[in-house]
Amino acid sequence: MTETVVSVRELQTTFHTRAGPVRAVDGISYDIAKGRTLGIVGESGCGKSVTSYSVMRLIEPPGEITGGSVLLDGEDLLSLPEERMQDYRGSRVAMIFQEPMTALNPVLTIGYQMDEQIVRHMGLTRRQSRERALEMLELVGIPAPRERYASYPHQLSGGMRQRAMIAMALSCEPDFLIADEPTTALDVTIQGQILELIQKLQERLHMAVQFITHDLGVISEIADDVLVMYAGTACEKAPTHRLMDAPRHPYTVALLQSIPRIGRREPRLPAIGGTVPTLHELPAGCPFQNRCPRVVDRCRAERPAMTAIAEGHELACFNPVEDR
Amino acid sequence: MTGFILRRLAQTVVVIALLSFFCYFLMTLMPGDPIDEMIAANPNMTAEDAQRLRELHGLDQPVHKRYWNWVTMIAGGDLGYSRTYRVPVSEILGRSLLNTSLLAGAALVLSLLVAIPLGVWAALRKGSRVDYFVNLFAFAGISVPSFWIAIVLILLFAVYIPIFPAGGTTSIDFGMTPGEALVDRARHLVLPVLSLSFLSIGTFVRYTRAAMIDAMSNDYIRTARAKGLSWDRVLIVHGFRNALIPLITIVTLSFSTLFSGAIITETVFAYDGVGRLVFLSIQRNDFNVAMVAFMISVSWVLLMNFAADLLYGLADPRITYS
Repeated sequence: MTETVVSVRELQTTFHTRAGPVRAVDGISYDIAKGRTLGIVGESGCGKSVTSYSVMRLIEPPGEITGGSVLLDGEDLLSLPEERMQDYRGSRVAMIFQEPMTALNPVLTIGYQMDEQIVRHMGLTRRQSRERALEMLELVGIPAPRERYASYPHQLSGGMRQRAMIAMALSCEPDFLIADEPTTALDVTIQGQILELIQKLQERLHMAVQFITHDLGVISEIADDVLVMYAGTACEKAPTHRLMDAPRHPYTVALLQSIPRIGRREPRLPAIGGTVPTLHELPAGCPFQNRCPRVVDRCRAERPAMTAIAEGHELACFNPVEDR
Repeated sequence: MTGFILRRLAQTVVVIALLSFFCYFLMTLMPGDPIDEMIAANPNMTAEDAQRLRELHGLDQPVHKRYWNWVTMIAGGDLGYSRTYRVPVSEILGRSLLNTSLLAGAALVLSLLVAIPLGVWAALRKGSRVDYFVNLFAFAGISVPSFWIAIVLILLFAVYIPIFPAGGTTSIDFGMTPGEALVDRARHLVLPVLSLSFLSIGTFVRYTRAAMIDAMSNDYIRTARAKGLSWDRVLIVHGFRNALIPLITIVTLSFSTLFSGAIITETVFAYDGVGRLVFLSIQRNDFNVAMVAFMISVSWVLLMNFAADLLYGLADPRITYS
């Protein structure tokens, strides 16, 4: 068995709103092994990003992590004092974001933004740090790294900015990388290049990667395992090929059916009926019940828990789709 | 960059020239002229004497000619003669300019020192009691008239608790050592500076708070935190550094209004500054003093705008002047 780097258990994050507490993430658990990638998919607002920020402990009031644990090499990040967590952020756990335009500080050069992280964590001098930064810029395939080092974010294209962002995140060789929709804001050709780059660097650094996206196409390219989320809860988790070929949860099935396929002619692309319930008024029992074609009485009374149904395949459903 | 500076300077000169004519023209619209002031003080003067004096000083000529005479005089380095004070304008203006610069400069430094930390503090605790209290204080500063604050300060710290002088620029005492004289100047500055700062603190706090809230809500703040930077570093290097851009505008522009705002403060405290000098010279038809003082404040406002433009370029790399 491969070595587990990250182990998230029963993570729960609550936002204290005027309308009362809202559980944006409710009892999510997963493991990611060294060199492996877990994809987390779901619609907007399902809690994918909140899960990532919770792992990084970047949740700000009115949000609060209200339960669970995040073990990094066996150490619980959630019980660390903030200063200790700051030592880990950017050095052992790194994160890249959706919008490389807004995620970089517009008034500081790329080089400065890289250096401040390298100096902070690696204890290098400014000069050594510059060497390290240039090395990283070169590694992520940025042409003329010396010039780009002195550039401001607005002087770079979207793809180059995301490369710079990746170079920065990986500059201290983290064990664990969280990628929060890193390709969403980019056009398709650049998307492909960025995905390839992340994979290449993952092999090189043997990182565990958590990849957040709502794009199932991207997931099938990059992830070893997939976790499907709905309204803050986990629906199904399985190795990618298994999830794509034999999904069991009605939500996963519906999600996969809503992807257009080349060569398949259909009058209309099937959509999931209804809308995502607001988290304030989540029904008792399964959160998907009101949109689910296979709903049974038990779904309205009891919330299904994630249960293993095969090697690496977990499911939270009382009336799953039959295994084909 | 050099091209931009030159173009901008040329613009500034043109605007100053246009405004100087406008000011001159407005002054001639005022009832009376300097000669009226002279005859009012001398009952032996006849109407013929007054007419002769007007011809002598060129006051009988049309406006554009008089303006041109004034411009050539100024261009020759002569600022004219003050009939009220009976000294060359340069002499009297130099002293009051220095006094006003001291007052306005000290008020600006004090307001920034108080307002920026207060604004940042309120921004970080948005919606809390601290925030409400700071806002209340800021609005009080913006809304309360400056003469009222001045009078309250005089009552409190010069009348009931007499620890500071109620007005004036220096004490009338010729036996002071340089050190004592310096302390004396400073003591006279305290109340006017406090009164002038009160208003600008309110404005600066509001702007700092807004700019800081805006800066801290950006994605790059999250990136900075995700890099494991300390909270102070996130706050100063990433938050405040970006909040600085809108702050430059308000600070440079209010630097120019501090001068005009000082008129009321200087008058209430009988402080010997430019504002009070302008006020008195207009009252007494002392055109030469008033015109030069106008030109200085006009140039100052334009200069500050120019400085703001240059500072943007330094603070925000996205702004270039090419």
